[in-house]
Amino acid sequence: MTESIALPAEPHHATRGGLMRWITTTNHKDIGTLYLIFSLIMFFIGGAMAMVIRAELYQPGLQFVTPAFYNQMVTLHGLIMVFGAVMPAFVGLANWMIPLMIGAPDMALPRLNNWSFWILPFAFTLLLLTLFLPGGAPEGGWTLYVPYSLELGYSFPFMIFAIHLMGISSVLGGINIIVTILNMRAPGMTLMKMPLFVWAWLITAYLLVAVMPVLAGGVTMQLLDHYFGTHFFSVAGGGSPVLWEHVFWFFGHPEVYIMILPAFGIISEIVPTFSRKPLFGRTSMIYALASIAFLSFIVWGHHMFTSGMPVSADLFFMFSTMLIAVPTGVKIFNWVATMWRGAITFETPMLFAVAFIILFTIGGFSGVMLALVPADFQYHNSYFVVAHFHYVLVTGAVFAIMAAVYYWLPKWTGHMYNEFWGKMHFWLSVISVNVLYFPMHFLGLAGMPRRVPDYAVQFTDLNMVSSIGGFVFGASQLIFVAIIFATVYGGRRAEARAWEGAHGLEWTVPSPAPYHTFATPPEVVG
Amino acid sequence: MNVSADSYYLPHESRWSILGSIGLFSFMLGAGIWLDGYNLVGPLVMGAGVLCIISTKFGWFGTVIRESLAGRYNLQVDRTFRWGMIFFIFSEVMFFGAFFGTLFYERLFVVPWLGGATNMFFTHALLYPHYRALWPTNGPAHAGGEFSRMPTWGIPALNTLILLSSAVTVTWAHWALKAGHRRKVVAGLVATIALGTTFLAMQAHEYYLAYTHFNLTLHSGIYGATFFILTGFHGLHVTIGVIMLTVILIRVLRGHFTPERHFAFEAVSWYWHFVDIVWLGLFIFVYWL
Ligand code: HEM
Ligand SMILES: [Cu+2]
Repeated sequence: MTESIALPAEPHHATRGGLMRWITTTNHKDIGTLYLIFSLIMFFIGGAMAMVIRAELYQPGLQFVTPAFYNQMVTLHGLIMVFGAVMPAFVGLANWMIPLMIGAPDMALPRLNNWSFWILPFAFTLLLLTLFLPGGAPEGGWTLYVPYSLELGYSFPFMIFAIHLMGISSVLGGINIIVTILNMRAPGMTLMKMPLFVWAWLITAYLLVAVMPVLAGGVTMQLLDHYFGTHFFSVAGGGSPVLWEHVFWFFGHPEVYIMILPAFGIISEIVPTFSRKPLFGRTSMIYALASIAFLSFIVWGHHMFTSGMPVSADLFFMFSTMLIAVPTGVKIFNWVATMWRGAITFETPMLFAVAFIILFTIGGFSGVMLALVPADFQYHNSYFVVAHFHYVLVTGAVFAIMAAVYYWLPKWTGHMYNEFWGKMHFWLSVISVNVLYFPMHFLGLAGMPRRVPDYAVQFTDLNMVSSIGGFVFGASQLIFVAIIFATVYGGRRAEARAWEGAHGLEWTVPSPAPYHTFATPPEVVG
Repeated sequence: MNVSADSYYLPHESRWSILGSIGLFSFMLGAGIWLDGYNLVGPLVMGAGVLCIISTKFGWFGTVIRESLAGRYNLQVDRTFRWGMIFFIFSEVMFFGAFFGTLFYERLFVVPWLGGATNMFFTHALLYPHYRALWPTNGPAHAGGEFSRMPTWGIPALNTLILLSSAVTVTWAHWALKAGHRRKVVAGLVATIALGTTFLAMQAHEYYLAYTHFNLTLHSGIYGATFFILTGFHGLHVTIGVIMLTVILIRVLRGHFTPERHFAFEAVSWYWHFVDIVWLGLFIFVYWL
């Protein structure tokens, strides 16, 4: 070529300043940051609601709130933590890390990316607005079971529409992630060479696109039943309230895997780094992810064993659910085998990762107990279920998110966090979280039902223990925020490869990662 | 030569998305206010939302079209659009899947159970002994009163024929586009739009008949509910399809497409085929069986 080519000026920083930068940004790092900050705020709003719940349960009887308000707290806590905290945190991590890990200049659809994020604050405004309506917020639980849900007053349509908005945001985000992974990989980054975090997200995004529309369809039917006189969920007209449970859990079970597969990906990145060994059984890890995703579509009935299904359906869902333990076991085995004879060091990300492996496994075990139909007849709707899903979601998903934040914070900010305070945060969290949730197993087995503000006196001791654990856990998270702030604004400079044992493209770019990375794709070899 | 065409095009800012979010928010806020019984404020807020959403569509797609005409999109961007559209349609398939699943579950399980099938004998005998599990049904309470379903071989069959022909015409237009025959492309698109519009008019007439002659309404138990949700959302999708086809027609007339590069055209035709296939499911499971 003879003519000199004037490349379009690539700004190395944001094109606008102030608020407009964040509103109009198409940069995956900006949007990742927005998601992560949003999720952190939601963690604290949802967390404050959990504190109300634990305060009320500290003693039997009604102390602080009315039963109706208690139910509102339980409902909003669930919806906010699932859709506002855990999911956006993972999407934020995906935004930040996937382009860096596959050597792409950005997400495939940057404008759509902006939109996926900017729907969320509006969705949660709509949901939280209901607190100020006459009659208050929704009370039917995050599962929106009919007929409770259909008996809601003013809050009902806002809750439904908020869920529609969250669904739109998730589907658009999911499409963007899939397309980025399929189409934006650097030359040589074959599918089987992709980091496991990317693999996990490819499958998660597929689940998102597959099941969020089903939830949207379901809540639309509720809307029609409530206001337009249809009979989807009413037996009088030939419908059935159990239909809602099927629709919800067809979405809901893949949804719980949407909240854990990216965590699996994160752990599969962190454990090899701090064990200074390649991941054991990489290929089997990928197949395990894929089979978990497949199985997650055919197990939803395990949430409905007591709702009145034919025995044959009970049996089918019992066995399919227990099958999931196989690929899950493969993953846990592989993480442990990766650590086996590794030169392990226990920096904060690794501590959280090891805690994840142990505590998530406890949650998996209680899951298998719940999967047994005759046993579940006892456990269902008790605190045992609450213990189960908090082990998989808090010490599972949330611990993985925290591990990821400590692991990649140097890459994002260019600073190392303070290791002492990181460990403080870890130890306080890991102890208090067990004080908080472990007693719930016994409460459940002893017969304490979930979603009640009051309880029989014999449950008092364990509830007090649990509440104390809850307050300490809640307070410990302030350390987390303080560490994040401190690391953003200062701290020891991080090198490009912040962790000695880390591999992968994200560690080849400087820390903090420049505003634009991989404008020319890297060559991936080996 | 446009130099930026060698690398993946990354826009530096997104102006329209925030308006889109405000539009969605205001539409839904307004809808909520309206459903909560405020018949004036609600629709006003909703209307404002709709305006924002429409402007967003114009602004956003306008920008994309301008960038596409300026040659900013290389083949990799084209692949992005293709994958994006495929997974978007997949999400729509799942959306309809929820309603088809509802139909099958109600019809194959719930209604027989209400009629006393399997171990529901006593429930049936004690609670609603007179209920017979026949399809279509409006349930033990005869919700919405006696009704009958639309005769299969009337409007529904005709509508099937119309939509299937429109699939042919849109494919014909696509072949013509690839062969570079502008006039035939225009003819094919006009025919497709005309068929789509006819379909919608017939559907509207069918709804009118359903309400006035067959007493088939939203209140007609589970049959009415599944009938209207499936045909209603399908009709909405046909409407969107017709609007998109019209945009494509305008773009063809303005010479936006070449025989090699015309992804927007293909995307809309994929969408149209998807709507078509959903209709086949509707015809078989809602109208016929
Ligand atoms: C070995 C894997 C797992 C098995 C066998 C399993 C099994 C079960 C079963 C049978 C129930 C229903 C209990 C009842 O309501 O009576 C349940 C509830 C639940 N599980 Fe799991 N589970 C597993 C993993 C997970 C994971 C990874 C997550 C999320 C990250 C999760 C989240 C939940 C939630 C949120 C509920 C309660 C939903 C509600 O009723 O509100 N589970 N699980
Ligand atoms: Cu489940």
